[in-house]
Amino acid sequence: MIANKETIIQLAGEGKRLDGRALTEYRQPISAELGISWTAEGSARVQVGETVVMAGVKLSIEKPYNDTPDEGGIMVNAELLPLSSSEYESGPPGIKAVELARVVDRGIREAKAINMKKLCRIPGEKAWFVTIDIITINDAGNLFDVAGLAALAALKSAKLPVVDEATGAIDYKTKTTVSLPLMKEPLGVTVYKINGRFIVDPTIEEEKSYEARLTVASDSNGIISALQKGGEAPLKLDDVAEMIDLALEKSNFLRKELNKQLK
Amino acid sequence: MVYKKRFDGRKDDELRPMEAKVGVIPNAAGSASFKIGKTWAIAAVYGPKDLFPRFLQDPKKGLLRCHYSMMPFSGSGERIRPGSNRRAQEIAMVMTKALEPVVDLSAFPNAVVEVYVELPQTDAGTRCAAISAASMALAQAGIPMKDMISSVAVGKVDNKIVADLSYMEEQVHEFNPESKDATVSDIPMAIVNNTKEITLLQMDGEISKEDLLSALRLGQKALDQVYQLQKKALKESFVKE
Repeated sequence: MIANKETIIQLAGEGKRLDGRALTEYRQPISAELGISWTAEGSARVQVGETVVMAGVKLSIEKPYNDTPDEGGIMVNAELLPLSSSEYESGPPGIKAVELARVVDRGIREAKAINMKKLCRIPGEKAWFVTIDIITINDAGNLFDVAGLAALAALKSAKLPVVDEATGAIDYKTKTTVSLPLMKEPLGVTVYKINGRFIVDPTIEEEKSYEARLTVASDSNGIISALQKGGEAPLKLDDVAEMIDLALEKSNFLRKELNKQLK
Repeated sequence: MVYKKRFDGRKDDELRPMEAKVGVIPNAAGSASFKIGKTWAIAAVYGPKDLFPRFLQDPKKGLLRCHYSMMPFSGSGERIRPGSNRRAQEIAMVMTKALEPVVDLSAFPNAVVEVYVELPQTDAGTRCAAISAASMALAQAGIPMKDMISSVAVGKVDNKIVADLSYMEEQVHEFNPESKDATVSDIPMAIVNNTKEITLLQMDGEISKEDLLSALRLGQKALDQVYQLQKKALKESFVKE
């Protein structure tokens, strides 16, 4: 793998990649399947190249937070399963899973993609809370972007369960036709800097060879809702500008690919 | 004594519709997906690889270690908190015991073969689906095996001995108004296909010895449907390309 890393870095400098893709080209197939789990209120299986991620949405009714009594809430959790790669071990989520979950969470939350006020049932008492679980099935690289796609796809497929108005109990086995109040479709794109060049959709080997990365979540209007810089190398402001341009373009590309699949 | 026709119209020995596929996780040495009704198990095999902590190592043979986990959204009620629990630990243990008799790890001293099973959705019979999937994944990984293990639950629902209980059948008192006081016995079983020997046997509920033996015989017969599907899926994975 060491030879590989050097090769990847050298190739990137020449504008090439080990698998022959252009620097800013996503792997194929890009596919999304909705409603893969009947027990979830919303679910999706998304594949980009050989990377496969599932996401499931569960809804519950809870007391709103004190500072937002007329709003529901969301929570994103990610599990890097040992089933999905020999590099992951059983146990509580490590920092990689926590970062993944939080970056996806911010992309959705800060874009106000879900109208939290519409999740409220009784102000100060009852509101819908949305939990999105991201589960890796095969990690072949670029979990950030694929997890974001899976989370959005699962949200789009979600239907509220029936609530017994007398007891307030949720009948999880019966779904209504009511979707979540999804106002925007934010998607994250992670741009990697290798040998001075910018690439997207890295393989596992490329993820081991980068200097810096920047995840940019944005909606169809190009409004940025989350950023996360990673990697050891610092970025110049010009780098950031260039990475954001690329991310905005690819975010639109991914949104089109996703919506193409969902029709 | 009035559970006459099964909720989904199946014959007593008829299993729910099944789908099986191997090679679903490219990173793994072997993998399989097994669906039965609305229960879905995905299995991945990693190894043989070095086993740590060292005191677990056996210089005579490798260790088989199964892991079982329901995805947080895979239960029919509220979200399940991720992470292991007592039920998952016990199921992982009986899965390992169900598969061990056919797995020969004598060529891999001090090593471990890990089997991870995840369930994206469930509707009764999860440990059985997990075992059927795990057996296929081990075979695809090329782990030396004497036979395939196939698994399904049998049981007595009110007055009726059936194979592959659904969730509604497990809860028949709730769903069949005429079976309010009925008892249900739920008996997950696994067999070695060529010898019909039993490698998993558990039970919840109440049953007489005679009925138990009839249920197990029914299971031994019904499991051929699982076995044929497992073989077909494995063969398909080797012909392509």
